[in-house]
Amino acid sequence: MCGAEEVSEVSSGNPQPEIGPIEYEYGKEHSLPLEFNLRKLAETRKPILLPGHRLCAGCGAAIVVKLIGYALRGPTVIANATGCVEVATTIFPYTSWAIPWIHVAFENAAAVASGIEAAYKALQETGRLPYKNIDVIALAGDGGTYDIGIQALSGMAERGHKVLYVLYDNEAYMNTGIQRSGGTPMFAWTTTSPVGSAIPGKTQPKKPIADIMVAHRIPYVATATAAHWADLFRKVRKGLEVNGPAFLHVLSSCNRGWRHGLETAVEISRRAVDTCYFPLWEYKLGEGYYLTDRSLQIARNPKLKQPIEKYLELQERFRHILRPEGKELLKQLQEYVDAVWQDLLSRAVNAPK
Amino acid sequence: MLKPKVPLEKQKVMPVNGDEAVAYAVKQCLVDVVAAYPITPQTIIVERFSEFVANGEVKTQYVPVESEHSAMSACIGAAAAGARAFTSTSAQGLALMWENLYIASGLRLPIVMAVVNRALSAPINIHCDHSDAYGMRDSGWIQLFVENSQEAYDTTIQAFKIAEHPEVQLPVAVNLDGFFLSHTLENVYMLPDEEVRNFLGGYRKPVKTYIDYLNREVEYKLDPANPLSIGPLDLYDYYFEHKMPQVEAMRKASDVVREVNEEWRELTGRSYGDGVIDSYAVEDADVVAIVLGSSAGTMKYVASVMRQKGFKVGVVRLRMFRPFPFNEVRDLLKGVKAVGVMDRGLSFGSFGPLYLEVSTALYYSKERPLLVNYVYGLGGRDLSPAMAEEVFMDLTKVAELGEVKEYLKFIGVRS
Repeated sequence: MCGAEEVSEVSSGNPQPEIGPIEYEYGKEHSLPLEFNLRKLAETRKPILLPGHRLCAGCGAAIVVKLIGYALRGPTVIANATGCVEVATTIFPYTSWAIPWIHVAFENAAAVASGIEAAYKALQETGRLPYKNIDVIALAGDGGTYDIGIQALSGMAERGHKVLYVLYDNEAYMNTGIQRSGGTPMFAWTTTSPVGSAIPGKTQPKKPIADIMVAHRIPYVATATAAHWADLFRKVRKGLEVNGPAFLHVLSSCNRGWRHGLETAVEISRRAVDTCYFPLWEYKLGEGYYLTDRSLQIARNPKLKQPIEKYLELQERFRHILRPEGKELLKQLQEYVDAVWQDLLSRAVNAPK
Repeated sequence: MLKPKVPLEKQKVMPVNGDEAVAYAVKQCLVDVVAAYPITPQTIIVERFSEFVANGEVKTQYVPVESEHSAMSACIGAAAAGARAFTSTSAQGLALMWENLYIASGLRLPIVMAVVNRALSAPINIHCDHSDAYGMRDSGWIQLFVENSQEAYDTTIQAFKIAEHPEVQLPVAVNLDGFFLSHTLENVYMLPDEEVRNFLGGYRKPVKTYIDYLNREVEYKLDPANPLSIGPLDLYDYYFEHKMPQVEAMRKASDVVREVNEEWRELTGRSYGDGVIDSYAVEDADVVAIVLGSSAGTMKYVASVMRQKGFKVGVVRLRMFRPFPFNEVRDLLKGVKAVGVMDRGLSFGSFGPLYLEVSTALYYSKERPLLVNYVYGLGGRDLSPAMAEEVFMDLTKVAELGEVKEYLKFIGVRS
């Protein structure tokens, strides 16, 4: 892991990145190295998401998108599903996107990306693409991925398009005001899974979306968070480099929906991993599951594993199960998290047996 | 008439059905991406095209999507990336595409789609009517209807030229009647590949547009040298203004459809009326039937027979339904006593969509003919010559009586 010193260096120093559109010249070689020195990164690499966007203060998604941008390897196009990131980054006449970006609809980011990738292939094969390669990223939230977009995503994966699909998962329909999705965890409060006297929030567990993508037998699937940024960088890069579809599941907190402080987006992501609520792993076709970063450390030293309360206590959406009367629900959630973690340990190639 | 640039003897005659005629046309149009999903009666188009791809006869990327929604989504992505894109569908498939139809036109992407017309469910039916095409009426697509497979071939090629015209930049739907055309063998004259490519000016070239934040003119496409944000959120302060160029492009499309029809005539010797309206014996007609698609053949035949018996009847076939040729229809029907609008589809609780357009066109006419709406052929029911004659006879009676007793009539349905 790159150390915390580097992080503090950036926050205390003054390297101002050049702001503006990123323009890749035709016919030139563009291959950006994967850079882990944050200072160097901030001084040399232009951000893909420019300041001035209207994402909420403390939004996890903005951090995630910006980090992904630092791991790109050259000319890249983004197909964005309808969602928070889409609406908040492009209100006409403004745009925060420094690289080519398109939004079409809610459920079809994967299909739009498929078409873009097919187009570049056609242009390349007829000698009309002025680049050696253009990477295509589909970017969607949990609604656009787990629910309404899963068909297009599955189709894209099955057809083998060379697209990196990035899911920024804030675990509910935040753009429309915190409604439950297939990615909402068990017992979480949302406006359509309210905590009532008869029903304690959402009663169903989160859909195992990344495992569903593994089941498609695509070359690369991984999970990541903004707190584990070096791990995220590596996974973005691997996802772009594999010859076929890749899927990256990034947990991305929403302080409005999760009901937490503006300054805790990264801390919450860290605790999600520390409690094994959101383990970090990658799957390579033909090799299997590998635990990465903190999750690998926990597998090697189970004492590092924190109880689920550590993750829940920062979030008001779980308030009801942290009260004495929620004890039974808390136990159920812990058992669920443990079972999923154990299942992962049994599958992970690099977990101690 | 001048000899066409490519005389008939230089054109290849191919015995094909309507779907194949479309597939062969697309094969010649240097299309970069075809994304489509099979549905009866459109399936033959994707089957034939897949064979061209499998045999290496085209360099097109064929994307066998998992739904029509994704078919249109992929075409939008491909066209936004600067490619020439094509898809085709029918009925339920078109309905599933619905939200993307508006996005394709709103983003001004010159996609071409063959719509092999089929009735919408329920009850489920695979045969021809125009309820699918009527459903996309307001989506901002140019809608052309063909009468036969030759016209399906010709119009598919023309559609790319119309869509990509700098003044238009709108998607075009080429409508051909399911089974009546899609599955019926016909001899179709086809041009040499080179002629089609020259007609289209080679590969698609995206239009240039000035982008303020880049402070230069750039091609409208997803290009890492000129990073555009395509499809941003656009609220009450700009959305309305952004719809106005679309209104203007539709207005200009009529002229472009006419120009392209004329260019095609010079190239091939074939043309379809003025490109917008293809009329038969209307000049001195007392009664006229207006129709879309393949039924025009039956109507014209019956009109010719009735002409010999002394009935002054004529037929107007609208080749272009969107944009609707209001002025042309009004001028053409000046002096006609009774007009029958033939709708192969219905807006429940109202009249047929074609009738509504024609009555709007005629409202501003000082010599307004009597107007009757005949709904016929739903779910693929054949329009027989006897039914066509029934329409003309009914219209003749209306003309003699000088008034319309029944505005909406259903032809060929059991009571």
